Amino acid sequence: MNHAISKSIIIAIFFCGLASAQITAIVGGTVHTVGPAGTIENATILIEDGVITAVGKNISTPSGATIINAAGKIVTPGLFTPFGQLGLVEIGNSAGPLDAVQRGEQFTAGFDIADAFNPRSTLIAVNRIEGVTRALIAPQARRTDEQGRSSHVISGLAAVVNLGDQPGHIDKRAAALVVSLGERGSSLAGASRVSALLVLRNALDEAIDYRANKNAFERGQRREYIYSIADLEALQGVLTGDIPLLAHVERASDMEVLIRLTAQYGIRAIIMGGTEAWMIADQLAAAHIPVLMAPTANLPANFDRINARRDAAGLLVSAGVKIGFAGPQSQTHNARNITQSAGNAVSEGLSWDDALRAITLAPAEIYGLADQIGSIEAGKQADIVIWPGDPLELTNYPEKVFIKGNSISMVSRQTLLRDRYLQTETGKPPAFRR
Amino acid sequence: MTKFVVAFATVALCLTACTNGAPDGETSTPFAGRYQPLPGVTTLLRGATVLTGTGSRLENADVLLSDGKIVAVGVGLDADGAEVVDASGKWITPGIIDIHSHLGVYPSPRTASSSDGNEATEPVTAQVWAEHSVWPQDPGFVTALAGGVTSLQILPGSANLIGGRGVTLKNVPGRDVQSMKFPGAPYGLKMACGENPKRVYGGRGTAPSTRMGNVAGYRTAWIEAADYRDKMKAAAEGKGEAPMRDLNLETLVGVLDGEILVHNHCYRADEMSVMLDLAEEFGYKVTAFHHAVEAYKIGDLLAENGTCAAMWADWWGFKMEAYDGIRENAALVDAAGACAIIHSDDAIGIQQLNQETAKVMGAAARVGIDIAPEHAIQWITSNVATALGIADDVGTLEPGKMADVVLWSGSPFSVYTRAELVYIDGALVYDRNNPADNPVTDFSLGTSSLTGGAL
Repeated sequence: MNHAISKSIIIAIFFCGLASAQITAIVGGTVHTVGPAGTIENATILIEDGVITAVGKNISTPSGATIINAAGKIVTPGLFTPFGQLGLVEIGNSAGPLDAVQRGEQFTAGFDIADAFNPRSTLIAVNRIEGVTRALIAPQARRTDEQGRSSHVISGLAAVVNLGDQPGHIDKRAAALVVSLGERGSSLAGASRVSALLVLRNALDEAIDYRANKNAFERGQRREYIYSIADLEALQGVLTGDIPLLAHVERASDMEVLIRLTAQYGIRAIIMGGTEAWMIADQLAAAHIPVLMAPTANLPANFDRINARRDAAGLLVSAGVKIGFAGPQSQTHNARNITQSAGNAVSEGLSWDDALRAITLAPAEIYGLADQIGSIEAGKQADIVIWPGDPLELTNYPEKVFIKGNSISMVSRQTLLRDRYLQTETGKPPAFRR
Repeated sequence: MTKFVVAFATVALCLTACTNGAPDGETSTPFAGRYQPLPGVTTLLRGATVLTGTGSRLENADVLLSDGKIVAVGVGLDADGAEVVDASGKWITPGIIDIHSHLGVYPSPRTASSSDGNEATEPVTAQVWAEHSVWPQDPGFVTALAGGVTSLQILPGSANLIGGRGVTLKNVPGRDVQSMKFPGAPYGLKMACGENPKRVYGGRGTAPSTRMGNVAGYRTAWIEAADYRDKMKAAAEGKGEAPMRDLNLETLVGVLDGEILVHNHCYRADEMSVMLDLAEEFGYKVTAFHHAVEAYKIGDLLAENGTCAAMWADWWGFKMEAYDGIRENAALVDAAGACAIIHSDDAIGIQQLNQETAKVMGAAARVGIDIAPEHAIQWITSNVATALGIADDVGTLEPGKMADVVLWSGSPFSVYTRAELVYIDGALVYDRNNPADNPVTDFSLGTSSLTGGAL
């Protein structure tokens, strides 16, 4: 007995020692790579050190590899929610931290949300066990609070994070600079959508001036700026095109203004919302401006969104616009519901492959991470989800999720609650059930 | 004078005034329903998978509609001159019913000027009626129709302890709310537990500001209602003067008399338990808890009390009292023998109640609870009809019932499925493949949202 235990300990130590070289092989599944290889039946995926080393049909499994049998299963890249506040909020209203909201004007572009990310938030496990492996986390603009402070038109820098259970969650800082235009911008700027534009233009102009006159400014020989040095430094990345503007905008005419603004300053933009984007899809495609949208948002929720329609996702992709899904119901607690968004987009005309791309590779491309994540290709980080069937179907839930090669625990606070109340009466209150 | 008092007391006691539509021969009911079914033709839907709403599933079955009613459901029905619709490969269900909607009272576009769902000026406002806020031009009615919704209850919001009367509508386009009112449906009374009332009033430094303040508020209201009822009754029997008519108390008495059904917004299990005791104290029944995010913790209690839980599939955490939401909620309530309902509370969610139900089915299957489609459909049809007091008319596909029927392109629990044909009282009111014939609200004219071409 003792001998057996010590033997297993020795084996355990042995395997721990080899952990870094451990190879995982996912064998026999139908793999939707979302890469150039397309869909591969009965495929093998090899994972080593968190990275995909091979994917294909006739790949031999190295001896000693951990084999995951995926026969009869569907295998996809991990899901990527391209906009939200995962790890930034616990409770939406009246309780818990609200780190996503920047108030006042001390910092705007320099407000870097990455340092507020909490990888141990209860929302993380709830969403990753349903296949969400990466997320853009974005500062939020809010209207006037109890102290009369409004968010600035420029909300701050968004970041890409992974939802893994290992250290190192920030994949990319300053992945985008969040700004609000249109009606939303107007309500923050105080009066008109023009005011919001002027705020943005002025910030960019100051950043240009600062860039050209940095030394003079430091010697005190240049005019004062409205924006802090942190803000002006952050805006430099926007001016070089490294950091896209992530602009909340819904109305077609406001998007046309945004297109002109990006051309004038030589900067990049991503549209968040984009209800009427389908009306100017060709222009957006020509300007290489992607749209993060909600396929089911088909109601004229306000006058900026009066031409909402349910088939917009398909129309945008047909015109050559890259899309991701970011409906109001898939940004925080239910980021997992992007599969439902994708399925609904398919039922209204988007192809299934394009829908899967919109929740995997497209966000990676939009945020400049497609060389590392977003598809199942050799050399990419191993974010992989094994499904019992079509991942877009509402009744299918992941059976296994790998984030950066680690098979995560499929437990969340919700599964614990569920399991507690699934138990039959034990005679004691539920608090005694585990 | 005595005669007047008696007549008046009769109305006040809700013997005639507590249903939506005017019963035949009654013209004195205020805001009487004027719903008239749209014209339809005798129709045979042939060869579908039929979920009857009674718990049955029929394969390759037909549904015959005539004169606004379901005439027959079965295999190999005789067309007998009916217009025949080939439904092979498709699915048929009863019309979807949403027990919790704010369409019309919080319409799209959501502007301050049309935000009419919460009379948040005092915590007890049973005198207000949601129907007096309903804007029939809300484009959300039409998009809900495209999601297969044929009946829905419009409720006041949850700012108040007692928010006012809800109204059940047929989802047909109307110039006014009266022409949408579900004939003979009882009124609902919206009550709200928890965070919302205490936040709204506590935030103003007035009562209630705590959950215990909430409960004191309900109790005070019911004490006044019981007193009013007793005085009315006494006056009707010639003992003393009737008090002046009080719209607030009149509605509450309607609840005490069992004529008006209580729809109680309540998230936490412990609060629902308190509300059940409150109902017992004053002798009324809670017909349904709405939102009921923690209903799975007290399924047995709900079953004992015959109280339904109307739930979302997966909304959670957007406020503290929603923190313990789980996707299996409805499945666990159902497994406990209580009445489970999936509701929307949302203009987008109402378009996909079938999808929300599917998410619960999948989650339940993960833990070995198999919920068959013929069972799950009851969560959005017959169970809802029962909780709205309209189960004699709708909710199942049974001969003699109103012909509120949806033909789906496939299983309603697939994300790819769409409602193709929607019948209300036998009239085809929505045809996905004939957009030119579908209703468009005044507001949507000239926009693309429903007509397919913006100006």
